This record gives sequence, structure tokens and C-alpha cells, in this order.
Amino acid sequence: MRAPRRSSAGPLPAWAEVALLPLVNIALAFIVVGVIVAIIGVDPFHALRLLVVGALGSWESIGYTLYYATNFTFTGLAVAVAFHAGLFNIGGEGQAYLGGLGCGLAILALDRWLPAWLMVPIAIAAAALFGAAWAAVPAWLQAWRGSHIVITTIMFNFVASALMVYLMVNVLIAPGSMTPQSRGFAPSGELPAIAGLPLNLSLALALACCVAVWVFLWHTPWGYALRTMGHNPEAAVYAGTNLRRMTMLAMCFSGALAGFVGVNELMGVHHRIVLDFQAGYGFAGIAVALMGRNHPLGVLLAALLFGALQQGGAELAFEIPTITREMVVVIQGLIILFSGALAHLPRPWLQLLFARRAS
Amino acid sequence: MDEAFSFVFLMLASTLRVATPLVLCAMGGLFSEKGGIVDVGLEGKMLMAAFFAAATSAITGSAWAGVAAAVIAAEALALLHGLACVTYRGNQVVSGVAINILAAGLTVVLGTAWFARGGQTPPLVGDQRLMPIFLPEAGDNILVYVALLSVPFTWWIIARTRFGLRLRAVGEMPLAVDAAGLSVASLRYRAVLLCGLFAGLAGAYLSIGQNAGFSRDMTAGQGFIALAAIIFGKWRAWPAFGACLIFGLLDAVAIRLQGVRLPGLGEVPVQLIQAMPYLLTMFLLAGFIGRAVAPKAAGVPYEKEH
Repeated sequence: MRAPRRSSAGPLPAWAEVALLPLVNIALAFIVVGVIVAIIGVDPFHALRLLVVGALGSWESIGYTLYYATNFTFTGLAVAVAFHAGLFNIGGEGQAYLGGLGCGLAILALDRWLPAWLMVPIAIAAAALFGAAWAAVPAWLQAWRGSHIVITTIMFNFVASALMVYLMVNVLIAPGSMTPQSRGFAPSGELPAIAGLPLNLSLALALACCVAVWVFLWHTPWGYALRTMGHNPEAAVYAGTNLRRMTMLAMCFSGALAGFVGVNELMGVHHRIVLDFQAGYGFAGIAVALMGRNHPLGVLLAALLFGALQQGGAELAFEIPTITREMVVVIQGLIILFSGALAHLPRPWLQLLFARRAS
Repeated sequence: MDEAFSFVFLMLASTLRVATPLVLCAMGGLFSEKGGIVDVGLEGKMLMAAFFAAATSAITGSAWAGVAAAVIAAEALALLHGLACVTYRGNQVVSGVAINILAAGLTVVLGTAWFARGGQTPPLVGDQRLMPIFLPEAGDNILVYVALLSVPFTWWIIARTRFGLRLRAVGEMPLAVDAAGLSVASLRYRAVLLCGLFAGLAGAYLSIGQNAGFSRDMTAGQGFIALAAIIFGKWRAWPAFGACLIFGLLDAVAIRLQGVRLPGLGEVPVQLIQAMPYLLTMFLLAGFIGRAVAPKAAGVPYEKEH
């Protein structure tokens, strides 16, 4: 079970490192998916065609794809920002949940008095604030008490879930409602939908976040310090960076981005606070960031792919009853596996290939 | 008096019932973490094992075949984790997360395709389940006793055997183990496989012991509670066992307290009690209850110099 030595065939060319290796990783993931689909007894190519048509076949399906991609962009960016600081934020799930709570609370408190042009920015800010606050606790524990951020962010996902169930069942439930959901938002707390689809103005927010993350990471002194910390904490200290403050900054930024999932879901679609609107997006953000190589443009492209998978998967499950929507979850897991944990798997083959071509 | 006794007995029994998968999982995780491989994927391994246990038992009619299938399924994921973390020196947390997501999806996909019951397996009856041995009302099937025995077993292996000494060394300072002429990779693979064995048994307990069949996401975070128990027990077998019992008791209490008004306190939110294992572990990690120090090399892939 020994991996061939990395040095045996020389490094890969830059373009292969940036583009070819990730593509090979994803191809591997999809080959495994194809095998699973075949095991279930469905022709993989037929399934693939249904999936692509389901995701991109009509304006409506493209709209759904973009709506899902909006969520994936937020959580993908959240993971990417933390990752640049050398922090692994697996708490996107909980931060998205609390972000939704934040914007929901702001709207429930103010929507009867404020016009939309004031209500919407306040609600978006509240989502960012709550998401950031939920990330700030694990960040503080890491920076000041030395507890590991991976463990604490996982734990906080479960705490967030328990908190939300308690609040929805006991406090925020609409009077007379049988299901745990809040009263509906007034129109001033709703984001305008695009063409009658779940797709809404949050898409613009997601694009703005991509630009903001890019500017922040590569064109501001804080972003520079943050990336330095991620590459080499000692060098960052030597350069005068306060690692504790930078940890807080990175995690709060990350948590705020994850919190925007609440904006898309609650203000854009549900128009009330509901349970489990964030389910799965936080974890999928890890796959999106890994695939997008932690670059905003890459994250955006990966989010589009994941959005297409989500929408196409739903259509596929509708067309073929033996396949469920969870097939998408399997694909996400495999992408995390092949483009994250097993990222170096195809490297030796590619190196051999390039070495042979060179000689 | 009699009533008090039976109350205590029932509480103890339900604590043990809830704690069994936690104990098995925690002991498995302990081997892995002691060997320097962080295992966030306990949850996924347990879930996959639970599914294959119930599916196999439903098809073959034998609970033992179910247990075997559970162990094989968990070991397959353990090997995958080993391949990613040891052989390909990938990120251990990423690999664990991937395994969790993969298991969450695959169990439902395969379950729906094979049984067409929305991800559930057919209900299990008779020999398809592991039955209580001595006390029918306590639900003490064989795996409960296996869990109880797994604690001294784990302690003995880790603290008293040559393999345990090497395992601890490989989790603290793999370079020294390598310099002594031992294979870091082989030791870590063994740790990961031991972990898979226990996680597999925990999964089997869930679907064919405690419950009569598999339902989607039935592990419901127990793998993470087991992980919390390892940390809470400061990476030692007996304290981790104690933590599992405390968390099990909390769960038993939460079920009892549903809708009950306590004098002076009012109604205690069940969700608060359910979140307690995580909150307690956070407090511990924050250094408010002693200090929990992980094996030094945990999470760090070992790169042999050449």
C-alpha cells in the first residue's frame, strides 16, 4: 500500500497542477458514481443525460440551478476564507442556521415598520452578524484557549441545531401553527424573486461576496496577513501580525458568509423562519471550496456545478424512482474524497505520463 | 421502596442501552487517535455498518450475518480512511467528513434501490435481531456486554502490550518509531482497522440490537458524541467510558424529562440536555475543566524522509 515517491518523476507543469489534476480527481469521483448507479441497475449514461437535461434543459431548471448555486457559493467562500488562514471551518452548517435566525429575528421585529429598502440591508447585516458570532466562539476558543477549531465547530453545529429546535418549537412558532415555523414575513422582508422561481436577488449578493473575498484576500493588507498566517504562522508573527486577532477576523468573515445562506433561503424563498433550511449546504461548502481551489472564481464555478447537480439530481430522482435525491449527497461525498483527501492519488500517474512525454 | 428500585434499575438499563454504541465507537476512535489518525468519520462508519447489518439480516434472516456485514462495511470505510490518511497523506479531517457524507447518501440510495421503503430496511423480527440475554426489559443483547468488555480490552491493549506502546509512540512521535525500524504505516493501518471493527459493532447494535431495522440518519450525531467522549476522557479508555455513561445518562434523563415540570426550575428544555455533551466538551476544551491534550502527532501525516 505504498504510494510511489513524489520525487521519482519530477513535478507536474503548472497548468496540470491547477487544471488537470482537479479535473482528473472529479472524473474519478464521477466514475465511482457511475459504478454505483450501475449497481442499482440504472444505465449510468442515461442517468447522466437526465441529470444534465434536468439541470440545464429549460430556463426554469437553469433558474433552480442558480438558486442552489447561490447557497453553495456562500458556504464555499466561507470554507475558503478560513482555509486561507489555515483554519478548517466545518461549522458552516451551524453558522448558516444562525445566520437565518439573525435575519429572521430582524425581520420579525421590524418588518411592520420599515420599508423594504431599509429592512433588507438590516436583515442581511443581521444574518452576517449572527453567522459571524456563531463562528466567533470557536475562533475565540482556538485563539485564546488553544482548543482545536475542527472539533469546536463540529460541536457548535449540534448546539445550533438544538438551539434552533428549541426556539422554533417554544418561542418563535406562529400562534396556532402545527408545524414549527414562524409567522410569515411582511413583503418588506422578502427579497424579490426572479421570474417566479426560488431564484432571487441573493444571487447578486453571492456574486458581490465573490468579488469582496477576492479583493479582501489579495488586495488588502489584512488579506495578505491572513494568507501569511495560513502559509506560515511564525513568519506572520515576525511580520507583526497578531495571530489571535487574525484568527477572529478570518472566522468571523467566514461565519458571516455562511450566514448568508439564511438570506437566500428565508428572505428569498420561505419568507418565514423554518427548521433545517440549511441542511447539507454547510458540509457541501467543503467540497465546493476544495474543488474551487479556495479561489473565489473557482468557488463560483464549483458552486454552479453543485447547483446543477442538486437540481439535476432532483429531476433524476423524479424520472427514475429507484434513484433518490440522496445520490447528490453521494456525489458530494465522493468529490470531497477524491479532490480533498485523495487529491494526490492520480499524481504519480500524471507524473509518469509527463515524464514519458518529456523523454 | 420497590418503586424507587425499579426506577433506578430502569434508568441504569436505559443509560447502558444508550451508552453502548457510544462506548464501542469511543473505544474504536481511541485506537485511531492514539495512533495519530484523527477520526471525524466515526459517524459515517457507524451509519454504514448499521445499514449493512439491517440489510443483510433482513435478507439472510441471521443477525450474525448482519453483524459480520456491519464489520465488513465499517472496515471498508476504515481502509479508505487509511488509504487517504496514511498512504496518500491526505487531510484526515477532510477524509472523515467525506466518509460521513458518503455514508449519509449511500445508505439512503442503496436502501431505496434495494427495499423501496424510502431508505428504511424492512422491519426485523425474531432471529433477525440480537435478543436480550438475561433481562428482557433491559435490552441486554450480546453487544452490550461486548461494549462493557471493550473498555478493559482497550485499556489493556493500549497501556500494557507492546503493540499499545508502539501505537502510542506512533501517535506522539512517529519519527522515533520509524528510527527504531518499525513501520509507521503498518501501525497506523492497524489502528484504523481496529477503529473500524468497533465502529462496525456499534452500527450493528443500533440497527439490529437496539432497533428493529435501519432508518435514515439513525446515528443522529452519536459518532460525534463518541468523539466528544474521547476528548472528555482525555484520550484514556476508562475516563472515556465514564464520559459515555454520563452522556448516556443525559440522554435517558432527556427522554424522562420531556414535558415534566421540575420544582423551582420549571420545564427544562430537552434540547438543552441533548446539547449538553457538546457544551460540556466545549467547556473542557476551553480549559475550564482540567486540560485535554491530544496525542501530539494526531492529524499530521507522516512523511518518511528519503
